[in-house]
Amino acid sequence: MKRWLNPRSALGITLITAALVALPFVVAMGGQAWVRIVNFAILYIFLALGLNIVVGFAGLLDLGYIAFYAVGAYTWALLASPHFGLHWPIWAILPIGAGLACVAGVLLGSPTLKLRGDYLAIVTLGFGEIVRIFMNNLNAPVNITNGPQGITLIDPVAFGAFKFSGNSQIFGFTISGPQKYYFLLVALAVIVVIINLRLQNSRIGRAWQAIREDEIAAKAVGINTRNIKLLAFAMGASFGGVAGGIFAAMQGFVSPESFSLIESVMILAMVVLGGMGHIPGVILGAVLLTFLPEVLRYGVGPLQMAVFGKMLVDPESLRMLVFGLALVLVMRFKPAGLWPSPERKRELTGGA
Amino acid sequence: MGALLEARAVAKHFGGVKALRDVSLSIREGEIYGLIGPNGAGKTTFFNCLTGLYVPDGGGFEFSGAPLQANAPHQAAERGIARTFQNIRLFANMTALENVMVGRHVRTRAGVLGAMLQTRATREEEAAIRQRAEALLHYVRIEDKADDLAKNLSYGDQRRLEIARALATEPRLLCLDEPAAGMNATETEELRELIEGIRKDGTTILLIEHDVKLVMGLCDRVAVLDYGALVIEDVPAVVQKDQRVIEAYLGA
Ligand SMILES: Nc1ncnc2c1ncn2[C@@H]1O[C@H](COP(=O)(O)OP(=O)(O)OP(=O)(O)O)[C@@H](O)[C@H]1O
Ligand SMILES: [Mg+2]
Repeated sequence: MKRWLNPRSALGITLITAALVALPFVVAMGGQAWVRIVNFAILYIFLALGLNIVVGFAGLLDLGYIAFYAVGAYTWALLASPHFGLHWPIWAILPIGAGLACVAGVLLGSPTLKLRGDYLAIVTLGFGEIVRIFMNNLNAPVNITNGPQGITLIDPVAFGAFKFSGNSQIFGFTISGPQKYYFLLVALAVIVVIINLRLQNSRIGRAWQAIREDEIAAKAVGINTRNIKLLAFAMGASFGGVAGGIFAAMQGFVSPESFSLIESVMILAMVVLGGMGHIPGVILGAVLLTFLPEVLRYGVGPLQMAVFGKMLVDPESLRMLVFGLALVLVMRFKPAGLWPSPERKRELTGGA
Repeated sequence: MGALLEARAVAKHFGGVKALRDVSLSIREGEIYGLIGPNGAGKTTFFNCLTGLYVPDGGGFEFSGAPLQANAPHQAAERGIARTFQNIRLFANMTALENVMVGRHVRTRAGVLGAMLQTRATREEEAAIRQRAEALLHYVRIEDKADDLAKNLSYGDQRRLEIARALATEPRLLCLDEPAAGMNATETEELRELIEGIRKDGTTILLIEHDVKLVMGLCDRVAVLDYGALVIEDVPAVVQKDQRVIEAYLGA
């Protein structure tokens, strides 16, 4: 409240804001594709911070997080596309998507929260797959999700007549669709960062941490551990639902393929690799893990040509190889993540 | 003064081990009640049943006139039963202050929405939580350790912190499981003063302790367990002279 208005922070905030505003225009010099990648990075920040509530704050290993993203995405796709001929506005769909994801979170959470660690991870993993398979098969006998073909021509985000797809003119500037989404996503990401910070330093945030530290002691001081864990699941799931909605609108297309296990694993990797429970770390993890594969995609091919004069390894395979190696190295040498919270660092190094 | 806690034929076994055999006892409002017995007598098991961590196989508890629900630790805390653990269970990577703040959970209300919106009520409650936690650290005399991680505190301070955390739940009955274990004479004396102070401030105390001198000096009444069964429940002067107790415990 009082502290962040001192001159240094004010300068910092101004610089960050300026950088954030300039970013989509600078990046666009390399092509709109890069703006889209930046957008995905922000969407992943959003997702990772949602998962951070479950994994980082409450310490519940969730390997099916993408299911909530899928619920949000399909909610948008079904309520705003020619598939059912519905074109509901954003202020209706986004809360419905978040709400349904939240319900899904509670449905998954209530029977499973007695499980811990690995067991919980396996059940959530199964749940994620079940949701994907549902989306894949709910095209018969009644066609709800259109099966593996997915749903196309999904409405973009729009506020009244202002659409986020295609170019528009603002103050004589031309601003592209991806650039518009960029600003929407940044706004959402800022909100989710603030919510994360506020939750962390709240009565509920402390209860989550207490459960993570010692569940029996937490019970003994009167924390209803079951409900408080469910709350973490529900909160995380709602964020996933919102992110999914924006994803569907931004892409204009959803299919079950986008919600595979590897996506859950990636988001979890962002949280863990960045620094579990530490908000700046999680953001760093999301940004790195979005960009690294893309940089490698564009980088490894030309690099091989330059060094060996021919393609030795298929760039796509090499990309995943380098990526996997990077993950292993980080976990080997920085087990608390690249940018862990001070406490967690102490926890893992054992020092004072 | 009436009975605050009434245990009625509480039984608990682990496989063939009868950890508690129909233990009945009653603790009066405002007293310091000692629970002693040799190792493995079932004292900690009694605590665990009372605080809802174990479900008794028979019998039950009545607390200030209404039955306690089995298997609901958070409800026991809400009803006003707080405890410490024989093998200290703090939130190791939280600061001393945060540990006590967690203890306020059950007496405060702020939810997710309040926290996200930072409503006035939430901010005021948060300030009150912090203030109360600071006061409790002061009460157990570790206010200078407020910002240290719990795991970095000395053994004695950890025991004190655990008591402060338990007090933060505003208990009517405070259950201490061997609070003096591992303490030297000075620390034990300080602990004794602390416990007397807590009682004076209106909290009833149930104390498990191996230090017989401490128990006999501090407690108004003492119960002795042996092999899960209640041997005697009486004032220290009587208990000390009881032949069965001397055989089972004191004489050994
Ligand atoms: N969770 C458990 N599972 C199996 N046996 C248990 C369990 N808890 C306690 N016991 C057994 O029940 C008996 C009573 O144990 P308890 O811990 O209550 O004794 P105690 O009086 O607290 O002893 P101490 O003075 O050593 O703390 C012991 O035989 C113990 O081995
Ligand atoms: Mg014991």
